[in-house]
Amino acid sequence: MEKIFKRTTGLTGVPFHYCPGCTHGIIHRIIGEVMEELNIIEDTIGVAPVGCAGFCLDMFSCDFVGAAHGRAQAVATGVKRAKPDKIVFTYQGDGDIAAIGMAHAIHVAARGEKITTIMVNNAVFGMTGGQMAPTTLSGQKTTTSPYGRDCTFNGQPIDLPQTIATLPGAVYVASVSVDTPKNIFAAKKAIKRAFQVQQLGLGFAFVSVLSTCPTNWGLSPVDSLKWLQEKMMPAYQMGELKVPEEVKAL
Amino acid sequence: MKKILIKGNEAIAEAAIQAGCKLFFGYPITPSTEIVEYLSKHLPKAGGTVLQGEDEVASIYMCYGAAATGTRVMTATSSPGFSLKQEGMSYLAAAELPVVVVNVNRAGPGLGGLGPAQSDYFQCTKGGGHGDYRAIVLAPSKSQELYDFTMEAFDLADKYRNPVLILADGFLGQMMEPVEIKERVVKELPPQDWILDGCKGREKRKIASYSLTNEVGEANCLRWQAKYDKITEQEQRWEEFYTEDAEYLLVGYGTCGRIGKSVVLNARKQGIKLGLIRPITLWPFPVKAFVPYRDTIKGIVTVELNAGQMIEDVKLAVECKMPVHLYSRQGGMMPGENEILEFAVKAFDLSVAEEVNVDGKNI
Repeated sequence: MEKIFKRTTGLTGVPFHYCPGCTHGIIHRIIGEVMEELNIIEDTIGVAPVGCAGFCLDMFSCDFVGAAHGRAQAVATGVKRAKPDKIVFTYQGDGDIAAIGMAHAIHVAARGEKITTIMVNNAVFGMTGGQMAPTTLSGQKTTTSPYGRDCTFNGQPIDLPQTIATLPGAVYVASVSVDTPKNIFAAKKAIKRAFQVQQLGLGFAFVSVLSTCPTNWGLSPVDSLKWLQEKMMPAYQMGELKVPEEVKAL
Repeated sequence: MKKILIKGNEAIAEAAIQAGCKLFFGYPITPSTEIVEYLSKHLPKAGGTVLQGEDEVASIYMCYGAAATGTRVMTATSSPGFSLKQEGMSYLAAAELPVVVVNVNRAGPGLGGLGPAQSDYFQCTKGGGHGDYRAIVLAPSKSQELYDFTMEAFDLADKYRNPVLILADGFLGQMMEPVEIKERVVKELPPQDWILDGCKGREKRKIASYSLTNEVGEANCLRWQAKYDKITEQEQRWEEFYTEDAEYLLVGYGTCGRIGKSVVLNARKQGIKLGLIRPITLWPFPVKAFVPYRDTIKGIVTVELNAGQMIEDVKLAVECKMPVHLYSRQGGMMPGENEILEFAVKAFDLSVAEEVNVDGKNI
């Protein structure tokens, strides 16, 4: 019988440890497929964060290094500057990159560091049990904002792609979601472009992927998707914020 | 081989180039800034890269990333900056990544001052960052040693897959002295069968520092400690000066070790049998240096530019078998050779010897 679908070679097959309804698995698979399609698995070095995705270095088929909390982009800078001919990407949660790692997020973009960063934004610190993150929505209840995020006290959530897009060194910036098959295809296109930008040596490429966290949101997987669509998508600017001409032409 | 007049910090930087360092990530801070400045000018010409990080934390993690690819890499800083690098030091040790880190100690705590100080001894030798880890610490006392030890630091880092620290001070970093520019002697080092450079033709590799399975965690800790035991056995270094017949010892490293030699010579002129042990590795502390003297020495004075830190290691090394006193200056002040001798004379009640030798003749 003809095989019309197979597991991507970009993933090792190590079972995902993620909670039911979490979208990390979809995003992992997209990256695995992109690496396979671009034939870069053997040329890629990934950098893992601290957080739920901290174990992703076992799941991707390429070489991987684990960073300290928030430091993935600094580590990736070191890898890329040492091996400019390799493809280097970071996979980070919103807490990792937009809170403790913010200085590096801004400066890799400012330097136009030729790396790719995938941010998975579920609006909470997931691994530690659902605390408020810089991306937590106004009024959203978390374990450290039990009465809902008070923006007069904690400030407004950070829309990181918008911030990064203001910096000239960030040449590709996109904000995508994996809540529907259609959006999954769009997310894959964005992530692929973010790697192609690096292959072309154009500058820093950044993709934010909205994600669910049913466990910490206290919602079912289905209700989590609805919450993402109704609450998160309107709060963040979605789509491709910046696309270089060279990539449009591909 | 040529000899050039060069600033201490520049000697470190030139040694790094000669040692095959290809990447430097740093952030300016007095009194170590000349290192990043010198390398910015000269490392690119030698085929290397210098990148100024957004902060000290970024710089140490850039080193972490570069080291993971098996590339020789260095960073340099001074005390407050080194505090910021502590998390990274712990991660480097756990991930077993070879990085050379220079700390040109300034006077602390807080922002402190720029003068020579040794107030980071505890921080550098006892960990500083979290967890049971060790970094090899080399303590040069003159520009030539800044050069030589920096070169050697890269080999030690590669040999043991461990971060190596050069601990200097503002006096050493800023002083100009003639330095012989030696070429690297390529040593046989362990194969780089762990580096990340793309998994072409081999299994994928990963470098990480975590273990959430307790059994694995303990196995990792035992492996690291076994390595530290090996380093402790093999790499203790020190210099001895007039110790053979010594009745009393000075112990000082770096700048204090250098001053200590003059103190010993002056003491000998007065008939006092003083010797000097100058630790070169601060970790591992050269306990072996003290073993032969545990039962023969009447007393010790440690000379430190801090409130008394190394003295604890000295007391342990001699198993508290004789009185160990501290002579210290702090906050960027340096002791003169006379005040150290006066302190030793008083501490050991050697005033009679001093009185009979006022003309400076040997007895």
